[in-house]
Amino acid sequence: MAVKLYIEAIHDALAEEMARDARVFVLGEDVGVRGGVFRVTQGLLERFGEARVIDTPLTESAIVGVAIGASAAGLIPVAEIQFADFILPAVNQIISEAAKMRYRSNNDWNCPMVIRAPYGGGVHGALYHSQSVEALFTHVPGLKVVTPATPADAAGLLRAAIRDPDPVLYFEHKKLYRSVRGEVAESDDPVPIGRAKVQREGDDITVITYGLGVHLALEAAGRLADDGISAHVLDLRTLRPLDEEAILEAARRTGKVLIVHEDNKVCGVGAEVSAMIAEHALFDLDAPIRRLAGPEVPAMGFAPTLEKAYMLSVDGVAEAMRALARF
Amino acid sequence: MADVPRHRALGLTDAQVLEMYRYMALARAVDERMWLLNRAGKVPFVISCQGQEAAQAGAGFALDRGRDWLCPYYRDLCLVLIWGHTARTELLAAFAKAEDPNSGGRQMPGHYGDRRLRILSGSSPVGTQIPHAVGIALAMKMRGEDAVCYVSFGEGTSNQGDFHEALNFAGVHKLPVIFFCENNKYAISVPERRQLACANVADRAQGYGFEGVIVDGMDALEVYRVVREAVDKARRGGGPTLIEAKTYRLSPHSSDDDDRSYRSREEVEEARRGDGIERMRQYLVSVGLLDEEAEERMRQTIRAEVDEATEYAERAPYAAPETLMHHVYAEEV
Repeated sequence: MAVKLYIEAIHDALAEEMARDARVFVLGEDVGVRGGVFRVTQGLLERFGEARVIDTPLTESAIVGVAIGASAAGLIPVAEIQFADFILPAVNQIISEAAKMRYRSNNDWNCPMVIRAPYGGGVHGALYHSQSVEALFTHVPGLKVVTPATPADAAGLLRAAIRDPDPVLYFEHKKLYRSVRGEVAESDDPVPIGRAKVQREGDDITVITYGLGVHLALEAAGRLADDGISAHVLDLRTLRPLDEEAILEAARRTGKVLIVHEDNKVCGVGAEVSAMIAEHALFDLDAPIRRLAGPEVPAMGFAPTLEKAYMLSVDGVAEAMRALARF
Repeated sequence: MADVPRHRALGLTDAQVLEMYRYMALARAVDERMWLLNRAGKVPFVISCQGQEAAQAGAGFALDRGRDWLCPYYRDLCLVLIWGHTARTELLAAFAKAEDPNSGGRQMPGHYGDRRLRILSGSSPVGTQIPHAVGIALAMKMRGEDAVCYVSFGEGTSNQGDFHEALNFAGVHKLPVIFFCENNKYAISVPERRQLACANVADRAQGYGFEGVIVDGMDALEVYRVVREAVDKARRGGGPTLIEAKTYRLSPHSSDDDDRSYRSREEVEEARRGDGIERMRQYLVSVGLLDEEAEERMRQTIRAEVDEATEYAERAPYAAPETLMHHVYAEEV
């Protein structure tokens, strides 16, 4: 076991997959000489050469479109979109092309590719360097969407995404890059896509969350434990396909569910999780399902007051958890 | 040299140039059959290649069917026939039958794809295939293969962002791509002059750092010549070429369009007189490769092929409804 930062876990897993399989290559803006604006791809150019670490023009649609073509021709591209906020010009390529390639060709063609994108706020990124865009893609059959919260999952899910025969969107929360450290196994085992993980066992309330929310919920759960409230925390890890079995089991375990995410509430992932529980486990519940999510504004402001007012906090999550426990 | 026929001077054998003509005639016959079936209420949708067969035939013969890749667009019927599809496969697609190799009846006709033949599956939003071709060419370059990737589109599509992003990308990385614009003068109803601020689509190549070539798309042999040059250059590592074949869309945009609302019959009739199939026929007659008897034989063979294909496709089964959920992801059936 090695202890790594979240960003190191991503970097190392990517480098190891490139070493393991010569078909894997990275492309994106500033991923080469600069090593990525966050340094996720630092050193890869020196190690693997410019044929496999490609600095592209500023051209998100072509980054994804070229990756689709390269994957059709037998390569495994890992495309980086510099900020998740900038993925929108590539949405036609992602939704019309990558997501539908296998289906529309009746299983003749497929797109084994990964699109990595840093998302989320809390880093003074203002409106266009802070967004959570995952729900735009979780609606789309043909795509897989993962949002690791820990270094171990960041490594394992990246390996799984690279080895997956279908397109995977890999969203990495940029506030976790250098704030979260954790053990990462030496082995190169993937973490299976589509499987949630219980991050803390508890009996009174269940928190279902992902990404940064996992860390907020775990810290809040520690505080609640001091007051005798036992919280169960389920980390979704994969947002499409959702792990229905794990979600229902976590809901039934305590009968009280709080769903937490930084993305705004309306039609967010929490809405689907909530509907799933309502459809299959309503009579096991002891309280209405609650959601704590980002506010219904277009994005968070640059001013620290506005950013703080937007972001979830340990205090806010703990308060929502206590309120649910009291119900 | 004056008495060496054009096709031989270009390196095409007599058999090859006759074959080129046969594919053009076959494409027209398949296309016309689809319209007939559509008007008879048997197939819900047709999108045509009529008027663009010569451009596609010239390009198809200039590429290597054994190693090159295609990212075609929805008018490339003649091209995919040259590439190994048949009247039967395309009528199966028109009838949306399970055996259609393009999509098993999932997509509209004209949405070509076939992994076995290196034809990448295409969609309906226009221009998305252009970056795909660049990605395929990137893979060729990375693996040191000498294959090229051909991608086609209309002049209307050359206004899409993906056109710009893809050509620039290919220019920067000097990739083996043939960008082939089939300028048929109309984007559904909007004429060329309302689509392009520059005189030619080929003029745009200058902005991407590679050559743009204009060719008479009604002259299959001339198209062959310029595409062949571009292919040879790409194989040598000389990078991409943008070729604009000037053609004319003889049919309405699709079976759901009525082109009388935006262009005159006189204009269409005038264009019909320059039809590339007729020009090729006249050429073959002039060099003594085709006479009335040979032509009649060819016509009958094509007719029989299209009849057989129609009957087969009409009888073939549809996809079973339970296959609806298949192939969203791998190994999920």
